[in-house]
Amino acid sequence: MFDPVILLSALLNGLTTGAVYALIALGLTLIYGVLHIINFAHGAALMIALYAVFLLKERLGIDPYMALPIVILGMFAFGYLLQRFVINRASHGKDENILLVTLGLSIVLENLALVWFHSDTRNIETAYTLSTIEIGPAMIALPKVIAFFGALVVAAVLFLIIRMTDLGRAIRAVSREKHGAKLMGIDVDKVYALSFGIGMACVGAAACFLLPTYYVNPQVGSGFVLIAFTIVVLGGMGSFAGALVGGLLIGVVESLGGLWFGDSLGQMGIFAIFIVVLLVRPQGLFGARA
Amino acid sequence: MRDVRSILIFGVLLAVAASVLQSGVLLTFLMMSLYAVLLSQSWNILGGYGGQLSFGHALFFGVGAYTQAIAQLSWGWNPWLALPVAIAFGAFAGLVVGALAFRGGLKGSYFALVTLAFAEVARILAVSVSFTGGGVGLMVPLHASAANLQFGSRRGYVYLLLSFVVAALLVTAWLRHSRFGAYLQAVRDNESAARAIGVDPVRVKLGAIALSAAFMGAAGACYVQMFQYIDAGIAFGPSISIEALVGVIVGGVGTLWGPVLGAALLYVLGESTRNLFGELPGISMVIYGVVLVVIVMFLPRGLTGAGMSVRRMMGRPAKPNRTSERKEEARV
Repeated sequence: MFDPVILLSALLNGLTTGAVYALIALGLTLIYGVLHIINFAHGAALMIALYAVFLLKERLGIDPYMALPIVILGMFAFGYLLQRFVINRASHGKDENILLVTLGLSIVLENLALVWFHSDTRNIETAYTLSTIEIGPAMIALPKVIAFFGALVVAAVLFLIIRMTDLGRAIRAVSREKHGAKLMGIDVDKVYALSFGIGMACVGAAACFLLPTYYVNPQVGSGFVLIAFTIVVLGGMGSFAGALVGGLLIGVVESLGGLWFGDSLGQMGIFAIFIVVLLVRPQGLFGARA
Repeated sequence: MRDVRSILIFGVLLAVAASVLQSGVLLTFLMMSLYAVLLSQSWNILGGYGGQLSFGHALFFGVGAYTQAIAQLSWGWNPWLALPVAIAFGAFAGLVVGALAFRGGLKGSYFALVTLAFAEVARILAVSVSFTGGGVGLMVPLHASAANLQFGSRRGYVYLLLSFVVAALLVTAWLRHSRFGAYLQAVRDNESAARAIGVDPVRVKLGAIALSAAFMGAAGACYVQMFQYIDAGIAFGPSISIEALVGVIVGGVGTLWGPVLGAALLYVLGESTRNLFGELPGISMVIYGVVLVVIVMFLPRGLTGAGMSVRRMMGRPAKPNRTSERKEEARV
């Protein structure tokens, strides 16, 4: 078996990656919980956000963490407009149409990125890229630790918005009973667009935390899209706590799976969980959906 | 039996065209359009008539393609012998996915996701194990002869693909007029109502996915014969699944000729953008994606659906076979 130190650092790595996964999955689960649609373009949106962080750093010299407000706002606007002017119009009241439109959007975004940036994989260099800190006997990269706590802070902010603000109340009302919400004078289409925007903003934040230790290329999103779906399905569609726990769990599974079986087969563990959960318990660990 | 007559006319016309055409460019064009049509027709059997949107039809394509290649390379089989086995394995893969997904009660978005995940698992496995050639892929040696199912000119492949396309059209026509097809459409339109009158939805959907996957396996086998090469990205990657699906959405979901029209148009569109922009990677997929979004936004019933609405607006009656469909459903 492995040295406990290696196990511990794999565990820490998994937890820190898992926190970013959780953030991406939170965006997905919020969109699902409110709009009851599966956003297939979620991975492509992450890819766009990663390129935004990359360009801000390379062209304007803005540090990824300083770029947080810009990317979050930019992705929010992107999501808001996308929902308002494309997805909402294309749905014609049928879920399949939304699935197809978001699939179409992901194809368009991914391949536009391919046309513009070619398939080269890029990353950024920062002063702290190689800094590490010690946790007990294990070492872990500083950006990963920042990502872990950053993701938790963003999740907490999101939770407060949903629980404490009028917007959050409107979002919860629409997700429970949209006709009732409409009768109470809530502009449902606007809440949809705002929720989609917030979901995309989570992806933007995740991109800022991810890029210092990760890379970007046009296909990077497709790897994340299934991971995010797995987390959401595992945690229960629409469940916030489920997305958080699921994200951390999947991060650890991937990290330990990679340790035992190698990286590509480690990914298989995620898909295996995905398929098994869908087949055995499609309502997820925390879901109560009929 | 109007459908059967028009299918036979379509088949004969194209066969004659292929035998007359001398230009290699035109034959290539015909071959690739028929290949695209075959993908879309396969998808339409499950997605159009069964109402189950699959995002991972590449799985069945890849199983067919790898079977065709491995049977020749590792088992030393003649490709003619490998072909039915590739089709059977494709269908079997469909049954396995279907048994898991439909018995698990997965529908709509969940079904789309799980098919995508299965295709992705297959892609990773195909890269990781050795009998698929790993990341390098498999190359089938070139020995052009009809006995070897490899043809010196494109014409042979046109005949091969055309026979599969005609077969898929006939199966689709059968779905429109048979009892099984009526069950399938009943399950698509209202599963609980269908169950209430004694239709077993799981069984009906399993039949549809097996048929659909069989034709997808045939398309994969044809691909290997045409290009003598297959790798994990081509076989199980998302582009085949997308190509199959977009053609159907463009032409008209659950129609006989819609997938033919949609896939052929899409191929023409892809080729013209390639001529316009050169070999810019990704550009034809951008077009596919834009077309998909635009069609779902503005013509959710596809081109044939839009054509039917126009005809109705002009005051002419819609095609008569719609009424016979209804009669069939009433009898069930």
